[in-house]
Amino acid sequence: MIDEIARLTEDAERGAAAASGLDDLQAVETSLLGKKGAVSGIKRQLGGLDEDDRKRIGRALHEAQQQVQSILTARRDELSSAARRESLASERMDLTEVRPGHDAGHLHLVTQVIEELEDVFVGLGFTVAEGPEVEDDWHNFTALNFGEHHPARDMQDTFFVALGGPREVVMRTHTSPVQIRVMTDQPPPIYSIMPGRVFRNEATDSTHLAVFHQLECLVVDEGITFGHLAGTIEAFIHAFMGEEYSIRLRPSYFPFTEPSAELDVQRPDGSWLELGGCGMVHPNVLSNCGIDPERWSGFAFGFGLDRLALARYGVADLREVMSTDIRFLSQF
Amino acid sequence: MKTLLSWLQEFAPFPDDPDLIGDTFTRLGTPVEEVTHLGDEWDGIVVARVEGLREHPNADKVQLVDVDAGDGPIQIVCGAFNMAVGDLVPLATVGTTMPGGMEIGRRKLRGELSNGMLCSSRELGLSDEHSGIRVLDVSSAPGTPLADALGVVRDVLWDLEVNPNRPDAMCVAGLARDAAAALDLPFTLPDPKVTPTGSAAADALTIDIADPDLCGRFGAWVLRNVSIGASPGWMQRRLLALGMRPINALVDISNYVMLELGQPNHPYDLGLVPGGGLVVRRARAGEQLETLDGVVRTFTTEDLLICDAEQHPVGIAGVMGGASCEISATTTDVLLEMAWFQPWAVSRTSRRLGLRTEASARFEKGCDPQVIPLAAARFCALAADICGATTAPGAVIAEGELPARPPVRTRTARVNALLGTDLSADQIRAELEPIGFSCAAAGDDQDVTVPSWRYDCEVEIDIVEEVARHWGYDRIERRALTKERTGRLTPTQKTRREVRRLLKSQGLAEVMPLPFLAPGDLERCGLEPVGIELRNPMVAEESILRTSLRPGLLAAAALNESRRSAGVAFFEIGHVFLPAPDGQLLPDEREHVAVLLAGREAPAAVEAWLVLADLLRVEAPAVTNESLPGLHPGRSATATVAGSAVGVVGEIDPGVLEAYGIGERVAWVELDLGALLHGPRRPESARPVSRYPSSDIDLAFDAPDVISAIDVERTLAGTDPLVWSVELFDTFRGEQLGEGRRSLAYHVRLQADDRTLTDEEVAAARTALVAAAESEHGVTLRG
Repeated sequence: MIDEIARLTEDAERGAAAASGLDDLQAVETSLLGKKGAVSGIKRQLGGLDEDDRKRIGRALHEAQQQVQSILTARRDELSSAARRESLASERMDLTEVRPGHDAGHLHLVTQVIEELEDVFVGLGFTVAEGPEVEDDWHNFTALNFGEHHPARDMQDTFFVALGGPREVVMRTHTSPVQIRVMTDQPPPIYSIMPGRVFRNEATDSTHLAVFHQLECLVVDEGITFGHLAGTIEAFIHAFMGEEYSIRLRPSYFPFTEPSAELDVQRPDGSWLELGGCGMVHPNVLSNCGIDPERWSGFAFGFGLDRLALARYGVADLREVMSTDIRFLSQF
Repeated sequence: MKTLLSWLQEFAPFPDDPDLIGDTFTRLGTPVEEVTHLGDEWDGIVVARVEGLREHPNADKVQLVDVDAGDGPIQIVCGAFNMAVGDLVPLATVGTTMPGGMEIGRRKLRGELSNGMLCSSRELGLSDEHSGIRVLDVSSAPGTPLADALGVVRDVLWDLEVNPNRPDAMCVAGLARDAAAALDLPFTLPDPKVTPTGSAAADALTIDIADPDLCGRFGAWVLRNVSIGASPGWMQRRLLALGMRPINALVDISNYVMLELGQPNHPYDLGLVPGGGLVVRRARAGEQLETLDGVVRTFTTEDLLICDAEQHPVGIAGVMGGASCEISATTTDVLLEMAWFQPWAVSRTSRRLGLRTEASARFEKGCDPQVIPLAAARFCALAADICGATTAPGAVIAEGELPARPPVRTRTARVNALLGTDLSADQIRAELEPIGFSCAAAGDDQDVTVPSWRYDCEVEIDIVEEVARHWGYDRIERRALTKERTGRLTPTQKTRREVRRLLKSQGLAEVMPLPFLAPGDLERCGLEPVGIELRNPMVAEESILRTSLRPGLLAAAALNESRRSAGVAFFEIGHVFLPAPDGQLLPDEREHVAVLLAGREAPAAVEAWLVLADLLRVEAPAVTNESLPGLHPGRSATATVAGSAVGVVGEIDPGVLEAYGIGERVAWVELDLGALLHGPRRPESARPVSRYPSSDIDLAFDAPDVISAIDVERTLAGTDPLVWSVELFDTFRGEQLGEGRRSLAYHVRLQADDRTLTDEEVAAARTALVAAAESEHGVTLRG
């Protein structure tokens, strides 16, 4: 019986070494440790022994069984890690082949600059107002103090829309009609900006577009002065472009502001950018909107966005704003 | 408006400091567009005498020229052969930058050194002549600067931008007045002396203003014994510098006076004006006149004409004279007209005729009616000096309606309240009086009389602007806004940004094509041709307002495919313009969002819509299968929110794609963003997640194709409160189901908040769901 016990570990070692897979090993385990296996067979014989022998041989059997168990476990680990290695090797991928199904997408340059400007102005305490692109004469011109004979109403500048009278409906020529809508819709104080698309009946070339974008800023409150206009523009330019940029206002003319000014920005290298126009809201404009100009005063400034949007990426030709070529658009 | 330093200096002692003067103009609102230093462009070019001509040893297209430029002979290699020994020629010395920008260096040509360049007229910028070297007809010594040899007067020329509110800046004197005030220099106008002789002007002519509303003043002077030759060089130089071509002495004087004093004027050949007089009247409809430029123009009753006493038109008031009375070499007697015309009327006529002249540009800003006598005297004095003319005593001046210019009450407090300054009444007056505004104290305020050359100034705010302009915009202290307030985007603006971000993150590129369409574009897209037209489009291809984003995006896809970029994925958010609703003037303008997926099929469009709907939390987003115009009839659907249409999804009709030359399939979504944002949205409240296990059941139905999967889904979702979610996970068609049928398989997750469901509860729910689907939709559970 002792011999039989001694053979258990030999059989285990031989069987484990011969097993080429987990299934073979399972068969070896069953033959040695299973219900009908060798260990069980020896255990059944123990009942016929005296107590001392039973204890001695039982102990030897237990040790042998433990040894068998550890031999098989060691071999199982060997075999299963080999199997995992094989399976992992078969699953190898070349991860350099991977490309996304699509890229991160692209917002239009004008959208990017509008959103950035909106964020700057929201940070400065402004709300954002919007209005229609097709306007009536009153909002686009009359309420803005354009005289009946003002040249800007001319056929050369304005797209007239075939609605109403011959010159009654226009493609808005600026975002200023939104000022009128804001001032007629809500009482002061007003702190708003108006970004949007505008239209001019002009031949398109590298520096002119018939359809382009503007942003205006309007403040109407008690005690607003030209000093606030200059200070607000300065704060905006510092926030948008950087503290190293400075501004200059010089006298100009717009029907809807007085005093009016051109807004120039000086770059850190000393060169000037003619950004846009500004001024104190003309008292006639306030009156036209039902706001008492003796109590309330305000300022407005505005500028074109397309050039700013393109300049960021060094695009010189304004016509690229309208480009639908994906090779252009996908760069931004 | 252009002006010269030397001319400005006739009105005020301006220093020879072009930078200071240019900067002053810019600060005063007449910005310098260009400054030119006249005479400097020939720096480095000198007179040289040809001393010898020799053959080039290695070339026969050029020769060697020995010239003396003051320092003894130097050798030049020259390609021209038109000069002879002894000729004086212009030499650009080494180091010179030519007017065209070329730099002259010392260089070897075929082995021979050239120490400069002899110049043609074209190289000097004098004319287009380039067949030979310019041989000079001067007697200057070699080495004399060419500019001095040719008598070029060194001067500074500014080109200034003038705004509509600065009629005074349309002449040299006006610019001088404004700048002199800013630089604190005394300003004086000329005081021409005229000695009238002969019979009075009134004996020779009469003036009648028939339409005084359009002509405020009309003066006529008579000059006799005029001899017409060329004007003197100094006058020609100034006219040329300011952009006017010299014609003859009298016409040049006319232009000179206009440029100097801002008063347009017109000399007629008195002998050619029948009837001895002029009438100013509105044109009769269809009346015609040949103007000085040789064009026959036709008028309406809105135009003002100058007519002879026999009512024949001889000029368009304030715009251009007629050809019939033009000054010629044989003119001896001259009728000089100086008038004030209604600015808007001149502007209207000028624009209608498309005829903009130096005169109309001044009249439409508003001329100075009080400068007329001075301008006439200046004209007559110059004509006496230059043309030997005598001036008839007296002027014939007819008065119409001039605008009344009452003093403007200017409140000191108002000035400061608008500008943010703390100016006293005296300080305000000190800014205004040097530019001709006179101030009379009225308590703390002032009554300001506007000078006659400032037609634009009418009300207090105009005076405030003048104070600010001369006080200096940069001297006004910049202040921060102090009112407490909160900046924010509206919910719509925030959501629009989210929509953009979502579409972008799916790899789409945002485009902004032109919103104007060509006739036929809408039909080509299968849409109704109801686009509103522009009355005055730039070109017919851009003459119709879009009613849909489809034409622009399809054109974009076609363009990219033609440039070998297939499979583009675009989106656009933009306005479309539907016909104006009854009783409204403006169109029904809406904001649409569109998605175009080239190379993709209809399901991609539906997915895009449903993801967008999920983002926007719209209530019960769905699609309703429907054949829609311009879309594939079997692959299009209406996008709905809570049963209401908000847009279309599907695939572009193959016929439309063919019309656009697009070879790929194109998935399409176009939604009314406003309808989405303002339609019903899911409440922003959370449903608690149960702590108990859920139970899943799968239900596959045999369903006819005409039954919408989403309707079955909605029934499953809405029948039993235990249903937490329903997901369509498989569809298939096959022979075993038969033609026109397919299988729809749903995962249904059942869930109670307060307990684990029992097998019986799950079975009961399953039975109820199957019964509901079968009874409502005519589908059958597959075994």
